[in-house]
Amino acid sequence: MSAWDRFLKTFFNTEVMAKYLPDILQGMVVTIELALLIVVSGIGAGLVLALIRSLAIRPVNWLIIFVVDLFRSLPPLVIIVLIYFGLPAAGISASAFVSTWLSLSLVLMSFAEEIFWAGITSISRGQWEAARSTGLSFGQTLFNVILPQALRLTVAPLTNRTIAITKGTALGTVVALHEILGMASSAVSNSYNPSPLMMAAAAYLVLFLPVVVGARWIEARFAWKR
Amino acid sequence: MNSTVAEPIVAARGIHKHFGHLHVLKGVDLEVAERELVFVIGPSGSGKSTLLRCLNRLEEPSAGNITVAGIDMLDPRTDINHARQHIGMVFQSFNLYPHMTALGNVMLALRKVAGKSRTEAEKLAQAALERVGLADRADHRPAELSGGQQQRVAIARAIALEPRVMLFDEPTSALDPELVGSVLAVMRSLRESGMTMIVVSHEMGFARAAADRVVFMDHGLIVEQGPPAQIFESPAHERTRAFIGQIRQH
Repeated sequence: MSAWDRFLKTFFNTEVMAKYLPDILQGMVVTIELALLIVVSGIGAGLVLALIRSLAIRPVNWLIIFVVDLFRSLPPLVIIVLIYFGLPAAGISASAFVSTWLSLSLVLMSFAEEIFWAGITSISRGQWEAARSTGLSFGQTLFNVILPQALRLTVAPLTNRTIAITKGTALGTVVALHEILGMASSAVSNSYNPSPLMMAAAAYLVLFLPVVVGARWIEARFAWKR
Repeated sequence: MNSTVAEPIVAARGIHKHFGHLHVLKGVDLEVAERELVFVIGPSGSGKSTLLRCLNRLEEPSAGNITVAGIDMLDPRTDINHARQHIGMVFQSFNLYPHMTALGNVMLALRKVAGKSRTEAEKLAQAALERVGLADRADHRPAELSGGQQQRVAIARAIALEPRVMLFDEPTSALDPELVGSVLAVMRSLRESGMTMIVVSHEMGFARAAADRVVFMDHGLIVEQGPPAQIFESPAHERTRAFIGQIRQH
């Protein structure tokens, strides 16, 4: 057997691959569901926090800044472990799926809040003044004048951050979540062969490469119209 | 002004404004009659822009009383957003909404504040753009307009709400010299239509031709006021004379 054949048999073993393909596909479904939920809840919560912060209620803003800084400093893995193993001690038990979703949503929320907030504050005071001078209320100004401009500025940093955090779904393996990487590593242990890891890598590429390319397109599109 | 004249449309009394330990306005009284055009001049830092911005409460005065068109502007029960409909404001830096067309800029408050239907707002906005000579630019974004055109759209945005008073805060200071004329022409036609206007500006030629009264401010106080000829030709105060001499050199 040549070295090349040995390499193929080790890393691209078709027998092993065929056997574990259904597992990997199942893991993909979990990863997709989880990623979509994280994007929706993380970005949604981040926007809500940024809007609340714009009301400039001091104690509330201190709280927001504290929460956001906390979740931006902690490694996502630590948050997942804390929620999964810590919450039951408080009488609440969260499944691996819920723990991972909640953790990464909180992290994405925190980064998204900062990005939205930076966008909102980068709009000149003159925009506020012009709108308010015509009789628009604070809320009408925020939603009709400030946010449409601010959101355009946030597209690029937000897509990058979103991709980085949704890839973190792989961290769910530590709490035995059956997403792509979890499925692949148990397949590796069962088959004594690393081929499932190659399948996992391929699965991530299939999922995230289009997102990365799409993000590039969105960034370019929003950049023209400034 | 004799005592039989109707209530002034703008009456500011004893206006003080502090920014931290900076005392920017030190008890200013200003009354403006309906259809009057008042020019406010003075060195930078004299408080003239702050005074203007107090009139529609973009700045909160530290003390004093302000009534505009019969509305007590500083009464906490006053619906400030409703009151501001009656007070148009034009800014030095135009402040058009860059994500909207010229028409969209004018329509926004018509829709959201005046509560007009889309078709009605569009008609009124188009008419306002017509008044500033930009009916053919309705579909242009601010970035596609010259500075002079942007400022005229900003004027249209304010007058579309049919305000009782218009405030101009250095409306031509950010413009290239060759674009100033078009904005002044619009202001002149507003003046001819009987609009009450308070203008912070150093356009002396315009002041001389159009203003009823020139107010000179320095260090947070009104130093003197009177008809343009009097203020520009024979000011009573040394500080006024020095200031007029300075801006004349430019």
